[in-house]
Amino acid sequence: MSEEMTVSKNGDNGTLNCSRRSFLKLFGAGGAMALLSANLVQAAETPGRMLRQDTMGVLVDTTLCVGCRTCEGACNQVNGLPKPKVAFEDDDSLLEQLRDTSPTAFTVVNKYTTGKGVEITRKQQCMHCLEPACSSACIIRAMEKQSNGAVTYRSDLCLGCRYCMVACPFNVPKFEYSKASPLIKKCQFCFERQEQGELPGCVEACPVEALKYGRRPELLEEARKRIHDTPDAYVHYIYGEHEAGGTSWLYLAGAPFEKLGLPQLSDKNYPELTSGAMGTVPAILLMWPALLAGFHYLSHRKDEAHEERSRHHVSR
Amino acid sequence: MKKLIYLLVGDPKKLFTPFNLISGLIIVLGLGLIGLRLFKGLGAVTNLSQTTPWGLWIGFDVMCGVALAAGGYTIAATVHLFGLKDYEPLVRPAILTGLLGYVFVVVGLVLDLGQPWRMPFIMIFPRGVTSVLFEVGMCVAAYLTVQALEFVPAFWEWLGWDRLRQFWSQLTIWLAILGVVLSTLHQSGLGSLFLIAPTKLHPLWYSMYLPLFFFISSIIAGLSMVIVESALSHRLFTYRLSSSSHFDLDDLTLGLGKAAAAVLYVYFFLKLIGLADGNHWDLLNTPYGHLYLLEIVGFVAVPCALYVFGVRTRNVRVVRITGVWTVIGILFNRFNVSMIAMNWQSSPHYRPSWMEVTVSLALVTMGIWLFRWMVNRLPVLSTDKPVVGTTTLKELWSVEAEKA
Repeated sequence: MSEEMTVSKNGDNGTLNCSRRSFLKLFGAGGAMALLSANLVQAAETPGRMLRQDTMGVLVDTTLCVGCRTCEGACNQVNGLPKPKVAFEDDDSLLEQLRDTSPTAFTVVNKYTTGKGVEITRKQQCMHCLEPACSSACIIRAMEKQSNGAVTYRSDLCLGCRYCMVACPFNVPKFEYSKASPLIKKCQFCFERQEQGELPGCVEACPVEALKYGRRPELLEEARKRIHDTPDAYVHYIYGEHEAGGTSWLYLAGAPFEKLGLPQLSDKNYPELTSGAMGTVPAILLMWPALLAGFHYLSHRKDEAHEERSRHHVSR
Repeated sequence: MKKLIYLLVGDPKKLFTPFNLISGLIIVLGLGLIGLRLFKGLGAVTNLSQTTPWGLWIGFDVMCGVALAAGGYTIAATVHLFGLKDYEPLVRPAILTGLLGYVFVVVGLVLDLGQPWRMPFIMIFPRGVTSVLFEVGMCVAAYLTVQALEFVPAFWEWLGWDRLRQFWSQLTIWLAILGVVLSTLHQSGLGSLFLIAPTKLHPLWYSMYLPLFFFISSIIAGLSMVIVESALSHRLFTYRLSSSSHFDLDDLTLGLGKAAAAVLYVYFFLKLIGLADGNHWDLLNTPYGHLYLLEIVGFVAVPCALYVFGVRTRNVRVVRITGVWTVIGILFNRFNVSMIAMNWQSSPHYRPSWMEVTVSLALVTMGIWLFRWMVNRLPVLSTDKPVVGTTTLKELWSVEAEKA
C-alpha cells in the first residue's frame, strides 16, 4: 500500500482515486479467496475425524474355508447378478485358475498353494477400509463409508472416471468396459440387508462358518483368541487390523499373507496420502494472487518511473 | 454464399493439399472410432483393463495436453505480471495454443469418462472436496474459461468492436493472475493424483514431491512449447506477419531458452532430491532404473546443458532443437508416470491399441486445423492483418460482397 501512496503523491487526484480503487479490488478478491479457502481447509480435514473403529466387519478364517464357493453363489443371488455357466456346487476345476472379481462377480474364492504343498482357499471381496481410498479419491464422493461399516457406491452420481480403481490398493472397484453407459461394480457389504438386520449374503451361506460377522473390535478379540488357542494353526498376524489404516474385513491364515495374494501395505490410511497436497490449495489461493499483484505493481511502477524520468529529460 | 465459403475454408481450390488429405483421413478415421467408443463402450476401442483403468487418453490427452498447454500462463505471467513487455507478440499465439490445448484435454476426458454427460455434476453437487481429481477438474474448467476470456479480444478486434476491446484490456492483469493461480493448482494436481497409488507407481517415480515436479516441469514445457510453436508459426504463417511487427523472434527465442535452462537446472536438482528422499538407489540398475536415468539425464540434464550452450553461443537453431527435445522429454515423463511406471508389477502391461492412438492423433490434428483456421482469420500473430488484407470482419464482409 505504501508503495501505491508514494506513486500517487507525485501524480494528481485522478491517480490517487485509481490506486484506491484498485486496492479495494485487490482487497475484495483476497477476502473472497480467504473465505473460499477456509471452507476448503475444513473440508480437507473431515475424513481424518471420521475414524470409526467400531463398525461391523467380517473375520475370514481361511483355515476353516473348504473352497466350496457357496459364498459366490449366494453373493450373485442377493445382488441379482447373472448365474455363472458352471454351477458352483458341481465343479472344482475353476479353483485351478486364479480369478479376479469382476462387474458380475463381487466375490471369488481362489486357491493358493504355499511352500510345503499346503493348499489354502481364500475368499476375496471389497475389504471395506475404515478410511477408504476410493471414497477420498472419488471426484463426487459416490463411494462412501457408512456407519455400519459398508463402503457403498452411488450409481446415480458416478462419472465413470475410474480414479477409485487407481486409488484402491486391493483393486476392488470394477468397471463395465463393454457397456455404452458403464458404471463401477463392487461388493457393498450387503448394506441394505444389514440395515434390515440380516446377515450379508455370503456370511449367511457359508456352511463351515469360515466367515464370522460382528463388531470389528470383537472380531479382533476373537481372532486373537483363535491364534492363542491353536498357535500352530495360524500365522500370528491379523491381516486388515492395520493395513491401509485398517479394514472392516479381517483375515486369519496358516501361511504368510503375501502368499495368499494380499498386498503388503503400510499402516498409513490412504486419504492421508493426498491430504497434504490438498492442504496447500488454500495457501496457493491466498498467497499467489497477493504476490503476483505485488510483482505487477512493482514492474508497472518501474515503467512509470522510467517514463517520468525520460519526460523530464525531454522538457529540460 | 461465396463469401461465406471463403470465410469458412478459404480458397476452395487450395483445399486439397497433401497435408489436408492425410490429416483429413486421420480425422475421419478418428471420428469413426469415437462413434464406436460411444456406442459399444470403452472396451471395444481401448486396451484398458480392470488393473489398468487409465491409459493413453489420460496419459497423453490429459497429462501431456495440460503440460504442453502451459505456454499460455507462462507467457501471460512473463509479460503482464513480471513486466517483460518484449515478449508481448508471443502472448496471443501462446494463449491460443493453450486454449486449444485445453479444449483437446476436455474432449479427451469426455471420451474417457464412463458417464461424460454427468460432468456438470461436479459443480452442481460439489461433494468430492477431498479428491485431487475434483480439484483438477474444477481448476481445468475455470482455467478454460479464463483462457477463453483472455483470447476473446482477438474476436473483438476482428469484429471491430473497439469499445468492448478497450474495456477488456482492464481485465488483462486479473486474468493473468487467475491463470497462474489456477495453473499452479491443476498442473501440480495432476502430479498429486498419483500420490494415492504408492503400491502401483514404480518407487523411482513415486515421490511426495510429485506435485512440485509436475508444476515446475509445466513451466519448462510452457517455455519450450512457445519456442517451438513460435518458430513453426513464423515459418508456416509468414504471410500473416505484418510489416509493422518487426520484433526479433531470434532474440526472444534466446531469452526463452535462457529461462528454460534455469528452470531445467532447478528441476534436475529437485529430481535428485526426490531420488535421495525415496532412497531407492538400488533400483537404478534395473530396466526401470535405466528408463529413469534416461529421463533425468537424457531429457533433463542434457537439454539444460544444450540450452545453455545455445544461449551462450547465440545459436538460435540449437535452442529450437533443444525446445523440441525438451517437449519430447516432458511427454516421456508424463508417459512414464501415468502409463509405463504405473502398474509396473502387473502383467501383461498395458499397451495402447491402435484405435486409442488413432483417436488421440485425430484430436491433435483437429487442434492443428483449428489453430490454422483461427490464425488465418483472427489477429493472432499480428494485430493488423486479418483475412485478405482488411482490418475487420465488417470490412471483409463488404469487400467480399463487392467481389461476389
